[in-house]
Amino acid sequence: MARRNPSMSGGSAEAPVALALGAARRTVARFPLHVAIIGLMVLWSVPTIALLVSSFREPTAIASSGWWNAIKEPFDLTVGNYQSVLEKQGMARAFVNSIIITVPSTVLVILVAALAAYAFAWMKFPARNLLFLLMVALLVVPVQMTLIPVLRLYTDVTVDAELPLLGGRIFGTSSYVGIWVAHTAYGLPFAIYLLRNFFGSLPRDLFESAYLDGASDVGVFFRIVLPLSMPAISALAIFQFLWVWNDLLVALILLGDPTLAPMTLKITSLVSSFGTNYQVLTAAAFISMALPLFIFFALQRYFVQGILAGAVKG
Amino acid sequence: MARVNFDHVTKRFDNVVAVNDFSLEIPDREFLALVGPSGCGKSTTLRLLAGLEEISEGDIYIGDRLVNNVAAKDRDIAMVFQSYALYPHMSVYDNMAFGLSLRKLPKEDIGHRVHEAAQILGIEDLLKRKPRQLSGGQRQRVALGRAIVRDPAAFLLDEPLSNLDAKLRVQTRAELSKLHQRLGATFIYVTHDQVEAMTMATRIAVMNEGLLQQVGAPQELYDWPDNVFVAGFIGSPSMNFFEAKVAGSQEGMHLDTGIFRVPVPASRVNDLLSYLGKEIIFGIRPENICDPECQPASADAAPVTAQVDVTELMGSEVFLHLVAGGKLFMARVDPRTRARPGQEIRVEFDMGHMHAFDPQTEEAIRSKEKGQPSRGQAG
Repeated sequence: MARRNPSMSGGSAEAPVALALGAARRTVARFPLHVAIIGLMVLWSVPTIALLVSSFREPTAIASSGWWNAIKEPFDLTVGNYQSVLEKQGMARAFVNSIIITVPSTVLVILVAALAAYAFAWMKFPARNLLFLLMVALLVVPVQMTLIPVLRLYTDVTVDAELPLLGGRIFGTSSYVGIWVAHTAYGLPFAIYLLRNFFGSLPRDLFESAYLDGASDVGVFFRIVLPLSMPAISALAIFQFLWVWNDLLVALILLGDPTLAPMTLKITSLVSSFGTNYQVLTAAAFISMALPLFIFFALQRYFVQGILAGAVKG
Repeated sequence: MARVNFDHVTKRFDNVVAVNDFSLEIPDREFLALVGPSGCGKSTTLRLLAGLEEISEGDIYIGDRLVNNVAAKDRDIAMVFQSYALYPHMSVYDNMAFGLSLRKLPKEDIGHRVHEAAQILGIEDLLKRKPRQLSGGQRQRVALGRAIVRDPAAFLLDEPLSNLDAKLRVQTRAELSKLHQRLGATFIYVTHDQVEAMTMATRIAVMNEGLLQQVGAPQELYDWPDNVFVAGFIGSPSMNFFEAKVAGSQEGMHLDTGIFRVPVPASRVNDLLSYLGKEIIFGIRPENICDPECQPASADAAPVTAQVDVTELMGSEVFLHLVAGGKLFMARVDPRTRARPGQEIRVEFDMGHMHAFDPQTEEAIRSKEKGQPSRGQAG
């Protein structure tokens, strides 16, 4: 761009034209990119939209015509599928179970990982780096490898007791606490890794300043580290929540009792008992997607930040 | 009450000795500047005092209290960091109140103190802002304010001006001096900039490679450097050094550098008597080399011919980079000088301001009593 020269007459009139031309050129140059991105978005959204539309159609309509027929006249939609799934198939209970399983599993991971990450990042103790290395090494261990040992361990340490909310069993297979602990353990290596890197990037001066101001380690953790780490913690919360919410494998192995089953387990049982009863499956699947979608849209700002943080630091 | 005492303090990081047998007493209300090049241990010394590092050997006292094993927060000191270390998620008010609220002071008391400090620093209208909404100078004030509200026994400042632009730095220097007078507290100020040390400090401690080189009033360090390092570090541009042989006799003593010969003034003859016939390091500051065309010669002026390499005009003066016999040195002369690069000119060394150092120990050669100026009639 030409340098602005106030003494030159006409310069001010030419500048906006040149700017507009430049903007137009850029728009044209980026056109293929925009088309590609929009195309991808449509491609990715269609199955979800199809699922949503189908879940509101009559069983006979699903069997006889494609889902797109439902979004033109006459709008032949029904909420019967949802009624059937929630009332007759016990999906409502499964939804509650999913929440009971997911929320503590997420909170626990954040609590433990944040404390551990603070220690790994800022406290001096013997074998700190070795321990951290071992922790990170756990990231490469597949969950499948651990299933049988964990299951055997759980059957050995089953603790039964009549307590409200916990379904008569405190620990072991078919207990909420057992699956909380399992999910927390599976989530910790990544959580600690993510948070340690984030905590480690906070400037040392802040901690030292807080110590001099009279804060203890606990004070520094709660009043300096946690407020400053909200982006990373939010991102971690979303990752962990989605991971546990969508988990089928761990629940399948460790939750034998069908009354405790989360939605993922319930849907698989619907598949086997109803065969190709799509109308029930579509409604059930959409119910299981609703909460993650809501959370994603509510916290998407942090989600993107978290992905970027991981990308840069990792 | 806020006297600070370092007693043979040593700090080792693995095998590296960062601070080596450091002993220094800092009286109450002093503004002590700790200067030295990067990595000389000055910041480590400050951090040892703050309690951010553990002492390997020796003792540190604040007042009469041994603080070796006292936690940082219980040492009653406040520190201003180079990066300011403001808490980014807190408002200016909360930043300043943080330390007080941790000490469980009543709310009204905190508000009173914060407003008072803000008034001293002129930042009352910024109290609701977040640090990211402040300029560098304003952040620096908040960092100072955070220290002031604590009313500590001693203020530790770790290069607090190095992130400010040149103009603001000069202005803040004066403000810090004023603040020191107003608060009447002990200030310990770490800097690598000898100008900051010279302008603000009541005493300067020069460090190099973990060792304390010299402690004294700024003028004393400038006039009476104890060794080659201090002589070279204090003063800008720094002192010129020449290897020279002490020649002649007690009556007509001179220094022979192999490039030029300059007479030793009568007042310094006694100091150098024992070096007659031996090598010394001869030092002279650029401001003691003048262009005789623009300045009247002093009584001890000694002419030296040199080639002008570069001239740097500073407005009120000109720095001449001179070469004589392959040896580079600098002169700080009157701006009316006609010296131009490439020319051969005659400059005059004011030998009354000469410095002499032992080539082995690099210690200054002079009679022990500093009170007796052995240099001659100034200027």
